[in-house]
Amino acid sequence: MADPVVLALIVPLCPLAAFALTWLLARGRPAAGAALSLAAIAVSFVLSAVLLWGQVQAPSGIQADIPWMPAGRIVISMGILLNPLSALMLVIVTGVSLLVQIYSLGYMKGDRGFARFFSYLSLFSFSMLTLVLADNFILLYMAWELVGLCSYLLIGFWYEKPEAARAAKKAFVVTRVGDLGFLVGILVLSLLAGTFDFAGVARFVGAGSVPQGQVTLIVLLLFCGAVGKSGQFPLHVWLPDAMEGPTPVSALIHSATMVAAGVFMVARLYGIFQASADALRVVAGLGAFTAVFAAAIALAQDDIKRILAYSTISQLGYMMLALGVGGYGSGLFHLTTHAAFKTLLFLGAGSVIHAVGTNDIRHMGGLGRRMPVTAVTFGVAVLAIAGIFPLSGFWSKDGILEAVRAGGHPVLYAVALGTVFITAVYMSRLFFLVFSGARRGDAPPHESPPVMTVPLLILAVLAAGLGLLGSPWLGKGIHELLDPAASRPALDIGLLLLSNGLAAAGILLSFVLFGRTTAAHAAPGRRAGTLYSLLANKFYIDELYLLLIRGLFFTVTAAVAWFDRHIVDGTVNLVGGASKRGGALLRRTLVGKVQGYALIVTCGVLAALAILLAGSLGLLGPGLFGPGGTGQ
Amino acid sequence: MTLTLTHYLVLAALLFCLGVYGAITRKNAIGILMALELVFNAVNLTLVAAGRFRPQSDGVGQLFALFVIAAAAAESVLGLAIILAIYRRRVVVNADEMDLMKN
Repeated sequence: MADPVVLALIVPLCPLAAFALTWLLARGRPAAGAALSLAAIAVSFVLSAVLLWGQVQAPSGIQADIPWMPAGRIVISMGILLNPLSALMLVIVTGVSLLVQIYSLGYMKGDRGFARFFSYLSLFSFSMLTLVLADNFILLYMAWELVGLCSYLLIGFWYEKPEAARAAKKAFVVTRVGDLGFLVGILVLSLLAGTFDFAGVARFVGAGSVPQGQVTLIVLLLFCGAVGKSGQFPLHVWLPDAMEGPTPVSALIHSATMVAAGVFMVARLYGIFQASADALRVVAGLGAFTAVFAAAIALAQDDIKRILAYSTISQLGYMMLALGVGGYGSGLFHLTTHAAFKTLLFLGAGSVIHAVGTNDIRHMGGLGRRMPVTAVTFGVAVLAIAGIFPLSGFWSKDGILEAVRAGGHPVLYAVALGTVFITAVYMSRLFFLVFSGARRGDAPPHESPPVMTVPLLILAVLAAGLGLLGSPWLGKGIHELLDPAASRPALDIGLLLLSNGLAAAGILLSFVLFGRTTAAHAAPGRRAGTLYSLLANKFYIDELYLLLIRGLFFTVTAAVAWFDRHIVDGTVNLVGGASKRGGALLRRTLVGKVQGYALIVTCGVLAALAILLAGSLGLLGPGLFGPGGTGQ
Repeated sequence: MTLTLTHYLVLAALLFCLGVYGAITRKNAIGILMALELVFNAVNLTLVAAGRFRPQSDGVGQLFALFVIAAAAAESVLGLAIILAIYRRRVVVNADEMDLMKN
C-alpha cells in the first residue's frame, strides 16, 4: 500500500483541483463542471476509505509536517495528523459529499448556476478535508474560515433572493462572533505554549505549568468557536436561516459536515479540553441545554427544513453533551450516525420539496402513496433519529445516555432523556404531516428521478445499519478504534426499554395528534396558546438580539460615528479649511491694480534694505549678520 | 565747490524717489510710463557717475548706461503698445481701471 501521508495529501487536493479546473476550463459547460467535481470527490472517497481501513488494521497517529514560517522562537509548521478520528471524519465527509453531489445532479438540474454550484461544493470539500487533517492551529483556523466562506457562498447561492442573501450574511456574522473567541484562544494558548502544534500544545497544557483558572478561560475561548460553528445556544440563530440555501447544501454543510466541525474540533483538542474539568462541565451543560431547547422549538415549526435545522442543533447538543461528560467515543459515534440519518432526512426533504414546490408542511400531507421511496427512506431516518432499536440512532444515542448517566449530573441525564421524547414527537409529527393524512395542496406530486432516490436508498441502509459499528456483536467497534483505552458500553436492557419506551410514547402521541390530519385542522397546535407561540417564535431569541443590537450596539456605533465625523474628519477639515481661509484673507490684498502691487514691492524692498542696513551697522546683534555687513 | 560722487548719488536718489512716487500715484498709464523713465534715468546717472569717479572701473559704468538706455527704449515701445491695445479694446487709459488681473 502506498504511503498513507501521500494518500492523505491527495484526498483534499483532488476537490481543490476540481474547483480550480471548473473555473478555468468548464465555465459555461455545466456537465463538464459536475463531472470534474464528482470524479474528484469519488477519488477522495476511495482514498479515504483506504486510509480508514489502514487505521482499523493498525490504529496509529501519523504526523507529517514541514516548517512553513519561522517567526522568532515560534516556528509555524504546516502538516497533517492522520489518526483514527481524522480518518473516520475523512470517510464521513467524502462519503456524504459524494452522495450529495450525485443527488444534486437531479436536484439542481437546469439551474443557471449548475457548474458554479458544483465548484463551490468542491471548494467546500477541500476546506473541510483540510480542517479534518490539520495538525496545528494555524491550518485548522484557515480551513475553519474557508468552510465558513463556502457556507456563506452556498447559503447565498440563489443570491437574487433577498432572504438568501440576508441568511448568508447572518450566518457569516453570527459565526464570526464565535470565531473571534476561537482566534483569541488559539493565539493566547499558542503564544504561551510556544507552538501551534496540537500535540505540543496539549503536552504543554498537560504539564500543568498554567494556572487552572487560566486554562479554563482559554478552553472556553476555544469552545466559543465550536459554539458558533455547531450552532449551539446562544449562537444557534444562523443555522435555521441557513436553510435558504439549496437543499443538498443543507444536507452536506448544515447537517452532516461543517456544523459537526465544532464537535470535531472539541474531539481533536480533547487533550486540551480535559485539562479543565470546569470547561468540560460548561460544554456538557450547554450541550444539554441546546439539545432540549432546539428540540422544543422544532415542535412548533412549519417549515420542513427549519424543523430539520433545529433537529440538527439539538443533535449537535447531544454530541457536545457526550464530549462534556467524557463520552468521547459515544459523541463521535453519534456524529457518524447523525451524518447518515440527517443527510437522509435532508435529501428526503429535498425530494419532497422538489415534488410539491413548497417548504410548508401545512401544504403537504398524503405524499406517502405518491412518493414511496422517499417516504420509506424518510421513515427509516425518522425511526433512526428517534433512537428506535436496532437502527443506528439507537446505538449512538444510548451510548450517550449511558455516558451521561455514568459521568454527568442527574439533571443532565433527565434532560437527555426528555430530549429523546421530544425528538420522537417532532420527528414523527413531521413525518405524519408530510406523508400521511389527506393531501393539502394542488400540485400533483411525483417520485423523484433515480439519480435522487438511489442516494436515498444507500443512506437508508447506512442509517439503519451503521449502528452495528457500536453494537456488542461486532468484534472491534468504533469506540475502541477512536479511543483504545475506552471500553464499549455494554447493551443495557433497562436503558434500552426506557429510551425506546420514551421514543415510542412520543411517536404514539404524535400519531394521535397528527396522524390523520386533513385540510380542516392542518396545524392543531395553533390552539395551544402561549407556550405554542413561544415555541413557534423560537423563544423570541432573534427579536431579543435585534433589540440588543438596536439598543446597545447602535448606541455605541453612533458614538463612534460621531467621533469619526466630528473629531477625525474635523481635524482633516481644519487643515484644509485653514489653508482656504488664509488664502481668502490674502486674496483681499490682490485687487488687480498694478500700482498697488508696485507699492507693496517698493515697501518690501525698502524693508529689506532697512534690515540690511541695520545689520551692517550692527544694530541687530552680532549673530545675525557679521560685522561689516553681508556683502563682503 | 567741487562736485563729488555724493552729489550725483543724492540727485540720482531724488530722481529715483520721484520716479517711484510717480509710478505709484499717477492715474494715467502714459504718465506711469514716463515716471518709469525717470527711474531708469536715475539708475543711468548712478552708473555714469560711478564710472566717472572710479577710474579703475574702466568705463564699465558708461557701457551699462548705454545698455539700460537701449532696454528702456524697448520697454517704452512695449509699454506704449500694450497701453494702446488696452485702449482699443476697453477705451481706458487710467491704470486703476485696468483690473484684468483680478480674479
